[in-house]
Amino acid sequence: MGDIAPQLYTLLAFMVIGSIVAIETRNLLSAVISVSAVGFASSVAFLFLGAPDIAITQLVVEVLVLIILIRGTILLDNTAIETHRDTLAVVSSLIFFGLLLGFGAMIFGSRGFPAFGEPVMRVSNVYVQTGLPATFAANIVASIILDFRGYDTLGEATVLFVSILGALTLLRRDGRVRKGEVAAA
Amino acid sequence: MNQQTGMTLIVKTVTDFVVGFIVLFGAYIVLYGHITPGGGFAGGVIIACAFILLMLAHGRDVAYSKLGERTASVLDSSGALAFLVIAWAGVAGGYFFLNILPKGTPFRLLSSGTILANNIAIGLKVSSSLFLVFAALAVFRKRSFRAFLEDDLS
Repeated sequence: MGDIAPQLYTLLAFMVIGSIVAIETRNLLSAVISVSAVGFASSVAFLFLGAPDIAITQLVVEVLVLIILIRGTILLDNTAIETHRDTLAVVSSLIFFGLLLGFGAMIFGSRGFPAFGEPVMRVSNVYVQTGLPATFAANIVASIILDFRGYDTLGEATVLFVSILGALTLLRRDGRVRKGEVAAA
Repeated sequence: MNQQTGMTLIVKTVTDFVVGFIVLFGAYIVLYGHITPGGGFAGGVIIACAFILLMLAHGRDVAYSKLGERTASVLDSSGALAFLVIAWAGVAGGYFFLNILPKGTPFRLLSSGTILANNIAIGLKVSSSLFLVFAALAVFRKRSFRAFLEDDLS
């Protein structure tokens, strides 16, 4: 892990700066573009970490989200953000993150984290060792998400399906009308 | 072709050249998901991006003539249903999500049993549903919200 650490820390610093710019800028279009820059940087970070599957997915989803967000932003008349920040929201989120870090230190402080890049391989060891002989899939990620962890993927597909059903129902232009009911013009 | 809708002639010409290759690349990512990086979700998003490019360059009507709203809706539902059917087919051999198809030789296209079929089902589902999301978010809203309120409340 030591040989890629400088590149990874550079990317992480870029992502932190991009997130801060996205929050602090007063223009909606600039905020959208900084959020996308953060997403593309995380895609490159996944490539450095040796996860090309996640990198491809992150890249294509980022492109799609960028198109949709820019399309949604330029449809607005006024893209400048004029409202001031809510002090109560800032204070409460700071308190929340302080509590989160405090409890995290309390829980993990005694046992300690596993080193970066060396996870605890209890279940995953079985997947890595029996992936090819059990499923005959050369891509270990495909054998995990569609065979060992098929339930997870089914849940994801259900979430996507239901959310798109809801979006289409809410956003369509002409709704369905019951028999005998007069449609609103 | 109607020159009034969509972007300029340059964008339209380049789009016509490129769209077929984007769909081909997406299909490759879906079909080889069990051998190389990628899979149903990533390839499906790439195919959806091809149709979104068509919609942005040529306008709504050309994109709908290639992949209609109703066709996309049917493809979305049938992809989700195919995934569920493959999962339930495992019950015939023993339990839910059992890999019942013959597995073949590794590193070949026809290998790994139901993983290939699942990838195709997910690719179908994701490509059509993300196209529908874009259509819903970017095209359905023709009127501004203020005009909507004034029309419906007056």
